[in-house]
Amino acid sequence: MALLALTGCATRNDFYVLLPGKGPSPGALTVTSGNETHTLDQPYAAARVSRPGSVSGEKTSEAEVRQTFGPALAAQPARPVSFYLYFLQDTDEFAPESKQVVSQLFAEIARRPAPEIVVIGHTDRVGSVPYNDALSLRRAERVRDELVKLGIPRARISVAGRGEREPEVPTADEVAEPRNRRVEINVR
Amino acid sequence: MKSALIALTLVVAFGVALAAAQDAGQIKTSKGSAQIERSGQKLPATVGQVVHQGDVLVTGADGSVGITFRDNSLVSIGPDSVLAIDRFVFDSTTHQGAFESSLKQGTLAVVSGKLAKQSPESMKVRTPAAILGVRGTEFLVRTGPKD
Repeated sequence: MALLALTGCATRNDFYVLLPGKGPSPGALTVTSGNETHTLDQPYAAARVSRPGSVSGEKTSEAEVRQTFGPALAAQPARPVSFYLYFLQDTDEFAPESKQVVSQLFAEIARRPAPEIVVIGHTDRVGSVPYNDALSLRRAERVRDELVKLGIPRARISVAGRGEREPEVPTADEVAEPRNRRVEINVR
Repeated sequence: MKSALIALTLVVAFGVALAAAQDAGQIKTSKGSAQIERSGQKLPATVGQVVHQGDVLVTGADGSVGITFRDNSLVSIGPDSVLAIDRFVFDSTTHQGAFESSLKQGTLAVVSGKLAKQSPESMKVRTPAAILGVRGTEFLVRTGPKD
């Protein structure tokens, strides 16, 4: 008994599961206990730790996962959703087709509990990285101001400038690409 | 008139809690007994409540909580669970930072976000028996002593 207390959590009921996810690949999860590491890289691959330092792999199923993790899965927040507005080159003027996006945006906001809006500016690769960081932030602020005018509380909106780091269409440097001059409105 | 109505609906939907850039995340779902322990105080873990680095989320036998973090990581815990938010740093321009949490007991579901996508080593989850490394993924954790 004293030995058990000394070693702490002597026998464990630990269970780790990699889910399929929504992306093209499930990614990977490494489970390390003491000197042992087990990598989970297939959907429903699982690992058990029955005592510290001992990791064993196995396969689980959607049904078993529902049984063990049902309430935690049911409590998952809704996945964030993004809307995109496009800009004319080197300006913070909207491309005309962007206006319809706004009504979809409002519908999304209305059906979420405690909604937050993150306005993220993106640029193409014309200009330097610092220039594009500033331009992308300016575009994001411009959209934020429009959303505030439409009735969304300013304090609920945060802004970010991603510059040229996250192109929709990858290009070489200094290439003008209208699809990359955009503002993303992420609702979560 | 219609736009005024939409504006009013939004104000109601947004409630009272206001987000600030330094917050780590916000509670989006809450059921049963669920609390935030912060600096020795216990606060109800209600929808809209902000979560800070250093907070500990605690649920009772009927409780669950779901949080969306600033990097869009989605984290939820089931009943009889204790989750400590040890560290949360997120740069919204570079997506660099760190997200470290510890599940002391209970069940946890995670959809990793922008931090893990930018650099896999930035997200770590610990349990009393193991440490997890996360490469852009969705996963589940249960930890506790064997009955």
